[in-house]
Amino acid sequence: MQSTPVIKIKPSDSWGAFDLREFWHYRELFYLLVWRDLKVRYKQTFLGVLWAVLQPGLTAFIFTIIFSRVARFETTDVPYWLFALSGFTFWTFANSSVNFASNSLVHHKELVTKIYFPRMIVPASAVGAYFIDLLLTLTVLFGGMIFYGAPLTWKILLVPVFLMFLLMITVSVSLLLAAVNVRFRDVKFILPFFLQVWLFISPVFYPTDWIPEKWRYVFALNPLTGCLDGFRHILFGTALDSVSFIISVSVAVVLLIFALTVFRRMEDDFADLL
Amino acid sequence: MEIIKVENLSKKYVLRGRRKANTLRDLVTGVFRSSGKADVKEEVLWALRDVSFDVEEGETVALVGNNGAGKSTLLKILSRIVKPTIGEATLRGRTGSLLEVGTGFHQELSGRENIFLNGAVLGMKRSEIEKKFDEIVAFSELEKFLDTPIKFYSTGMYMRLAFAVAAHLEPEILMVDEVLAVGDLAFQRKCLNKMRDISQHGRTIIFVSHNMQAVTRLCSRAIWIESGRVREDAPAKDVVSNYLNSQTETSAQRIWEDTETAPGNDVARLRRVRVYDEKDDGSSAFDIRRPVFVELSYRVLRDGQTLMPSFRLYNEENVCVFTSNDLDEKWRRVPRKAGVYTSRARIPENFLAEGNFYVSVALATYEPLNYHFNERDAVAFLITDSLEGNSARGDFAGQMEGLVRPILDWETDFESERPTD
Repeated sequence: MQSTPVIKIKPSDSWGAFDLREFWHYRELFYLLVWRDLKVRYKQTFLGVLWAVLQPGLTAFIFTIIFSRVARFETTDVPYWLFALSGFTFWTFANSSVNFASNSLVHHKELVTKIYFPRMIVPASAVGAYFIDLLLTLTVLFGGMIFYGAPLTWKILLVPVFLMFLLMITVSVSLLLAAVNVRFRDVKFILPFFLQVWLFISPVFYPTDWIPEKWRYVFALNPLTGCLDGFRHILFGTALDSVSFIISVSVAVVLLIFALTVFRRMEDDFADLL
Repeated sequence: MEIIKVENLSKKYVLRGRRKANTLRDLVTGVFRSSGKADVKEEVLWALRDVSFDVEEGETVALVGNNGAGKSTLLKILSRIVKPTIGEATLRGRTGSLLEVGTGFHQELSGRENIFLNGAVLGMKRSEIEKKFDEIVAFSELEKFLDTPIKFYSTGMYMRLAFAVAAHLEPEILMVDEVLAVGDLAFQRKCLNKMRDISQHGRTIIFVSHNMQAVTRLCSRAIWIESGRVREDAPAKDVVSNYLNSQTETSAQRIWEDTETAPGNDVARLRRVRVYDEKDDGSSAFDIRRPVFVELSYRVLRDGQTLMPSFRLYNEENVCVFTSNDLDEKWRRVPRKAGVYTSRARIPENFLAEGNFYVSVALATYEPLNYHFNERDAVAFLITDSLEGNSARGDFAGQMEGLVRPILDWETDFESERPTD
């Protein structure tokens, strides 16, 4: 016999701890929402799953054409197309997740206002669905590496660590924007601009050495910088500045804590505001 | 031990005033402007105010009241969708909320996929849904369309699927809001029967509804919420009757104090009309299994008139159920002398259907026909039909049709052992 759960309903306590146990309890809903997002997305697009893979590939292709003729970045160790492909594999995930997740609470209004569940599940599942896409595109990236004949070292085993790093950054930004978007509905107008700026300040299609030396640490404040540099370091053996990397990791940790706190403080009001 | 304990629950909404900005733009411009007009008067609404009550295990409690009274807010707080401003509540047991049917349904997905999705949204485990899957499909009667995206479903099919999932939710505490207001009659019937099944399994139900017949039929107790406060917390029958009286402004008794302005003419004037049962305790809700009396009291102002009192009974749809004339030989065709008279009629038990009834009363002289008064909707009363099994509804819990609900004599003969004969 199961013990009877006792639910206490109290006024909102903004500084309450984040309840991970409860999130775990509702994990099936999380899986189903991820599954639903994937299923619906692939049903609605003509190319289905292929699209997930094609998107970063095509972007990398276009950038390769432009930058191998016009700007000419010096990418040591690997050809530019492979470099750009690695960048856009990560960027496409971050970009799509944030884009989709930030509107997710408003989009799932009917769930939030009619049913109780940890609110974090909604933006988290939006990110989760794109994470599956990311795993698919990674196979293309690895295919590209094998095609080029890049040496695969034991460091490749660290790929999951960088996926987690990327996930951490993406979840943080997604939670923040999703929560703020419930409160301030004009967030969605600012979002495209924000994402564009984020792309340009991250070493997605240009190498970090391209940034002037004195600005390196400032650029490292963008956690995606450290994440991409580290990822390329383990893939291609490109140089990795440890101070910059530590700055990026620290910012990512602070950002995650900040995002969880803000979300926790705002989530009690979601149903009233939607 | 009480399964639900609600203590001083209050919920405040800020309508206008020093409310934070709603857009980032307002937030930014607000910073520059704030010094100027900091003290905008705050306009608040207490959607709930100091609501306290306990619910025992197995009770079926209805929340009644006008739109905007706070019923839905209370249900949303108990479902943990919104937080109270003050107060607290304790729920002991697995809870399930049905604030809407089909929550989480996705148009692009098939019926089968939506069953899993909706089940998870309502808090069912995957294993639980798998176990009940066949039962859910059978209940929905949609076997043939299981793999069709629900965007091709008709509204009726959609509702059937949604309710089939909801009906198989098995929480210890179930909270239902107005779900029954949607769908056709047959669907509502199915819902009500299912709810009765649930309550008979000892589960606790909190039920918000505007369907007063359903409330008296299904709930043992009702809580009347008015302007965010508990106005009455008593047996459902009493609360519903008082609530309906407050709505129609007609009760089971009406007295005309002033003879001058009372309905009537210089021959006779109405004095009082009332409806009561054997208990005669001032209630305006009566059990279908007891007789009900309609009583008219009037002053006859002039000697020598023959008078015939009568009344007409109308139901909620304004259909006249019947007209009844006083045929008592003692006064029929007998000229009366001036004075006060009281006439009463007995409506037998197990005769009227359940629901609200409105009584119109008249007093007439025949040959030539002349009405001295003819008062429309003088009083109103409610007939309740509970589910104890000894009224005409038997074991049926749904909406019964018909203007009257008599118990007839039935006989069944056993004819043959071979069904093909």
